Amino acid sequence: MYDIENYYQAESVKDAVRLLNEHPDARFISGGSDVLIKIREGKFAGTSLVSIHGLKEIQGVKMADNGDIYIGAGTVFSHITNDAIIRKYIPVLGEAVDQVGGPQVRNIGTIGGNICNGAVSADSAPTVFSLNALLRLEDGKEGRLVPVKDFYLGPGRVDLRQGEILTYVIIPAKEYEGYHGHYIKYSMRNAMDIATISCSVVSKVDQQAGVIEDVRITFGVAAPVPYRCTKAEEALKGMKIEESLYEKTAQLIREEINPRDSWRASRAFRLQIGGEIAARALRRTVELAGGDRI
Amino acid sequence: MKKQMQLVRCTVNGREVEEYVDVRESLLDMLRNRLGLTSVKKGCEVGECGACTVIIDGETIDSCIYLAVWAEGKNIRTLEGLEKNGELTRIQEAFIEEGAIQCGFCTPGFIMSATVLLERGEKLSRDAIRKHMAGNLCRCTVYENIVNAVEKVMDENETRRGKTVR
Repeated sequence: MYDIENYYQAESVKDAVRLLNEHPDARFISGGSDVLIKIREGKFAGTSLVSIHGLKEIQGVKMADNGDIYIGAGTVFSHITNDAIIRKYIPVLGEAVDQVGGPQVRNIGTIGGNICNGAVSADSAPTVFSLNALLRLEDGKEGRLVPVKDFYLGPGRVDLRQGEILTYVIIPAKEYEGYHGHYIKYSMRNAMDIATISCSVVSKVDQQAGVIEDVRITFGVAAPVPYRCTKAEEALKGMKIEESLYEKTAQLIREEINPRDSWRASRAFRLQIGGEIAARALRRTVELAGGDRI
Repeated sequence: MKKQMQLVRCTVNGREVEEYVDVRESLLDMLRNRLGLTSVKKGCEVGECGACTVIIDGETIDSCIYLAVWAEGKNIRTLEGLEKNGELTRIQEAFIEEGAIQCGFCTPGFIMSATVLLERGEKLSRDAIRKHMAGNLCRCTVYENIVNAVEKVMDENETRRGKTVR
């Protein structure tokens, strides 16, 4: 039996907002693969829950007329990975969330929960940062649209205000069209483990000129929140696609990220791996774009 | 903490079930304690070991981190629902043949994960099989034999499909 004080099932997004305003001490539960475990280990013991589990309204992936991709916050990881729109337009996101936990967890864990619990190791985070995702928050009134980079405030803390619910993760068309992405998770085990350090690279290659036209590099577990390496990105833009590009990438990344020593891995180790996985991920995106054949 | 009971109607192993459950109860507790389905093992209780794996609407989930009330309207399958007229399924037999069982505690969970995988009807590489079975832990470490058993049934199905086509 879980140590839950009160349990309220929301029937819609509107209902969820109402319930949360009526019971300000309650917290949302979506897939449950994070919240239930925190209840079990005592951290959330005695909490009240507003359940948004199974809300059809915020499940699934759809594309708007302008090409923007809307991912319902209640969509589970395995459904994102297998979704036709994701596979066609942003496969990097499907591949990234396919590295969460194990198959059973990917069948219940949701992308909205992954983002809202604010873990820096969240497998979706580096990629949604590199895709410049926008988050749609509903509060029963006008709601807000927040860039994901402004949403993470600190370890386990996000800018989700009282009575707000995340409904969609939006990937604008201009952020993925012409881009290719690759995510690398470095962990001790291939499954059921969280990232020691992780990196998602999304790049655009100018085939004619043989240069990197645009690049976005985001790290998980290299800072208290997912970290965009903007300095390295600026320096790499316009660089020729050749071996030295990847050496430069590794070097710039090691100068920019600031990982910590923890029981999982030392700072020195994370710096070494960080440079390496950024370079490898960039190389892969260039290959995907056909840029290795220039 | 107070008792809050709720009616759950769902299908378990092909049978319509109506149960009053406590909202704090996991599906694992409901299946074991109310329905007597003890193939669903209580292992880690935090969704890491996969011993409590059941199939809900065609997908595997860890029933320990799934609230019983969420089962409303769902189609749930446990190991008990696999046998037909006392006959084991092919994957269950293959586990025995390949010695993919030692203490047996993880076996029902592994069988459920393998069942979903085999029902998809694909022939997968050993690496892909491992990835799909990665949410189940076996402390006796008979992983190699488990992958052998799954691969064996996949190969058999592949041969059978080949024959049908011809």
